[in-house]
Amino acid sequence: MDTDTMALDRLIHERIRLGIVSALAVNETLAFNDLKKLLRTTDGNLSVHARKLEDAGYIACTKSFEGRVPRTEYRLTSTGRRVLERYLAHMEALIRATREPRDR
Amino acid sequence: MAGDIPGMTRPSGAERVPSLQGRAIDDLRFIRETMENASAFTAVSGWGMVAVGAMAFAAAAVAVTQPTVGGQLVAWFGAAALSIAISSYAMWRKATRANVPLFHGAGRKFLLSFLPPMTVGAVLTYMLLEGGKFELVPPMWLMMYGTAVITGGAFSVRVVPLMGLLFIAAGVISLALPPWTTHWVLGATFGALHIIFGLIIARRHGG
Repeated sequence: MDTDTMALDRLIHERIRLGIVSALAVNETLAFNDLKKLLRTTDGNLSVHARKLEDAGYIACTKSFEGRVPRTEYRLTSTGRRVLERYLAHMEALIRATREPRDR
Repeated sequence: MAGDIPGMTRPSGAERVPSLQGRAIDDLRFIRETMENASAFTAVSGWGMVAVGAMAFAAAAVAVTQPTVGGQLVAWFGAAALSIAISSYAMWRKATRANVPLFHGAGRKFLLSFLPPMTVGAVLTYMLLEGGKFELVPPMWLMMYGTAVITGGAFSVRVVPLMGLLFIAAGVISLALPPWTTHWVLGATFGALHIIFGLIIARRHGG
């Protein structure tokens, strides 16, 4: 079991980062403020976690201006989508593995 | 985990199994809920709304040329049917592009909350027309559509329920306007609100 836990993608195991990746998996892009509202978090918290995902290449960030207001948009990269799919498969396998011996 | 706290013994593998399983179940639930909320958030297609707005202006232009109530109704019912088709297609396209199954999360939630007020509107339309109260039909359409947009958009970005409120306000105001303004008020409200809010959604929320 410890091997399974170790194999988990630590980067998206954290709740806010898992939330960012999950929300972006069902939207082509999401603005910083939309993500903040969806995940009920603060500006600082979201930007720190988003930066970590960006550095890992899981999400991509586009900055632009809407008039004079800066606008930050995120989208999931193909690497990010693969990582989320692997994470989901991992969680499902973990549930199956822990259920089977008890079901017998 | 208990084992991480100094002074406490680390639980055996068998004891940790349920907590790992619990965490995995909890994680999957969190992912599913986040995906559902996030997809309902921007499910409405902005470009679809712009098209519906243009359709409303066209319907008003046709309706004012119709000498009979029947002809005017055909213009509006035709526009409504086309608008439903356009909106459904636009929502489907937006969902497909974002890899979301439309009738599982966002679309299902939207339909379940949007349809009841629209059904009530259809029943009231029939009753008012039967009772010869044609002048009450357009204000009622605006108010019921506004209600449907508010309930359907309850899980969506804030601009959607705001648009619903403006429809209700327009419906209330139109009750006080003379009958000859009916088609213009319907066209201007359905047209302008859909186009303005559609552009906002398309620009800010991914199409």
